[in-house]
Amino acid sequence: MTPEMKGFVLLSVIKLLFVFTVVMVGVALLTLMERKVSAWMQNRLGPNRVGPGGLLQPAADGLKNILKEETFPAEANPVLFTVAPALAFIPALMLSAVIPFAAPLPINSDDFGRDLGGFFARAIPVVGSAVGSVVTGAFHAVFGVMAHHGPMPMVVADVPVGFLFVLAIGSLGVYGIALAGWASNSKYSLLGGLRASAQLVSYEVALGLSLIPVLLLTGDVSFSRIVAFQQAGLWFVLPLFLSFFVFLVSGFAETNRLPFDLPEAESELIAGYHTEYSAMKFSFFFIAEYANVVTISAMLTTLFFGGWDIPFTTWDQHGGVLQTLATGVFFFAKLMFWIFFVMWIRWTLPRFRYDQLMALGWKFFMPVTLVYIMVVCVVLYASDRAGVHGVLPTHLVLTGLSVILAIALFLVLDRGHLLSGSAGRRARAAAARQAQRLAASS
Amino acid sequence: MAIGVKVLERPKQEVSYVRATLRGMALTFKHMFEKRVTMQYPEEKSTDSVHGMGQWSLSPRWRGTHRMMTDEQGRSKCVACGLCPQICPANCIKLVPGEDEEGHRYPLIYEIDEFRCVFCGYCQEVCPEEAIHVGVHYENSEYSRGRFVYDLERLSSQTHPVSTLWDPTDPEGE
Repeated sequence: MTPEMKGFVLLSVIKLLFVFTVVMVGVALLTLMERKVSAWMQNRLGPNRVGPGGLLQPAADGLKNILKEETFPAEANPVLFTVAPALAFIPALMLSAVIPFAAPLPINSDDFGRDLGGFFARAIPVVGSAVGSVVTGAFHAVFGVMAHHGPMPMVVADVPVGFLFVLAIGSLGVYGIALAGWASNSKYSLLGGLRASAQLVSYEVALGLSLIPVLLLTGDVSFSRIVAFQQAGLWFVLPLFLSFFVFLVSGFAETNRLPFDLPEAESELIAGYHTEYSAMKFSFFFIAEYANVVTISAMLTTLFFGGWDIPFTTWDQHGGVLQTLATGVFFFAKLMFWIFFVMWIRWTLPRFRYDQLMALGWKFFMPVTLVYIMVVCVVLYASDRAGVHGVLPTHLVLTGLSVILAIALFLVLDRGHLLSGSAGRRARAAAARQAQRLAASS
Repeated sequence: MAIGVKVLERPKQEVSYVRATLRGMALTFKHMFEKRVTMQYPEEKSTDSVHGMGQWSLSPRWRGTHRMMTDEQGRSKCVACGLCPQICPANCIKLVPGEDEEGHRYPLIYEIDEFRCVFCGYCQEVCPEEAIHVGVHYENSEYSRGRFVYDLERLSSQTHPVSTLWDPTDPEGE
């Protein structure tokens, strides 16, 4: 192996460990955050007994789930019942590998071991050179000579297929849920699993179609390139607002979060597909759900909110350690906002009815995204023909269009044409009764 | 709709989804910054509203575990008239009357099974001597079931405040 390949492997392993740790610890803390947010929205305090402010609650829950008895339904399919939680869990974690979480870090080194030893030699007084040579020697003995040149993308795998990878692997998650529902051999589980498969397959369509305008605008599916395009123009939430909206709602459906949590629908199906699960197997479904929430939030951030981009400055595009740290913080802040948003929606909205869910996905989102793809195509073709240079003018035109379409969608179409409650029906019935009474009395 | 889901005709003008969602989100967000209503129980406790100082209060009409009142010499005020076991709907009071050399009646045995008790407060209401009372008190944990049969000594040594029962003919408690 060349020193470059060795360096690449080592850096990838470091990034992998970093992302894996952050996601696993983050997911554990998200369970706490969910409970805290729900408590605050209901004027309660939330868990606050284990550790300072309840911070150790996830650790206590984890310990409890590891020590709990694993129940095993007598009629369950033993293999699939055991495999299903892993099938839900693995794709959810795999997705975090392709999201760029900071600006690329420039690393130029012919020999990591020598540079690391040099760093120790400078950092430690008196015995520095001795320590440095020991570090260098140890590094060379273990890893050999490693090198890296140029910017290192802050993503575990900067795959060229980008969000296609997310769509492909993300849709595998449905196997875990559907198999869990089937293998449990319980009617509630089966119903939950069936609902999940129908829902995920339906919204996969809207999710994929909503990303096509992004593809049209950038001409690339790689996350790094999409972030670069947003830095050059506007964050895609402005020019592609409808895409963003459809992606947001479909994302909720894909992660089985309220208002689309029909697969687990407590009030109808006990706990849906994980009714029969207990202890750590149950935990795995929850880790998968929260990992999916993280992924969808990261996708929203990367595709529509500039990824790690810091707005109103180009400072973050000149590589450097400080830039990498600052953009990492910005990415994390945006990510946390969307995670909070997911929880916010969960504790605000009631659950959809199943036919409403299907109607929204097939009868509304699919035509809307198809029409929107056409609109974006027309705008791009027109700007191409008009000889527009740079991405910003096109983005501005699309932003103007977004405003018009958003008004049309939210003010005109929202008047009961999409999905509607019963309030208006009751109001109209009351008005009719009133008129009848008036007619009778006169 | 192969299985015949009944689909109601929806009104077009008065309803919305997106705007209603935004309103709901504004409401839940506002609640995040409102005052918390949780009582931190072991640290904070409800006290009776007459004696209590805290935010949390119990009604003075709360009926909890019993207390036997005593006179100045520390003897129970009970004259073993037998009215309380008579009226008790749960049959949880055990009374064996005794009589001293001066002819004063007193309870030889007076036990209340707090597990059987339904905390109706009739015993307090019927007592001519204002001896037995239901208490404004709620922390009653014990390590054994036997400990829930309160004997005379235990009833007399309780110090918690007692209930001021509500009289429908005197709603203000005068």
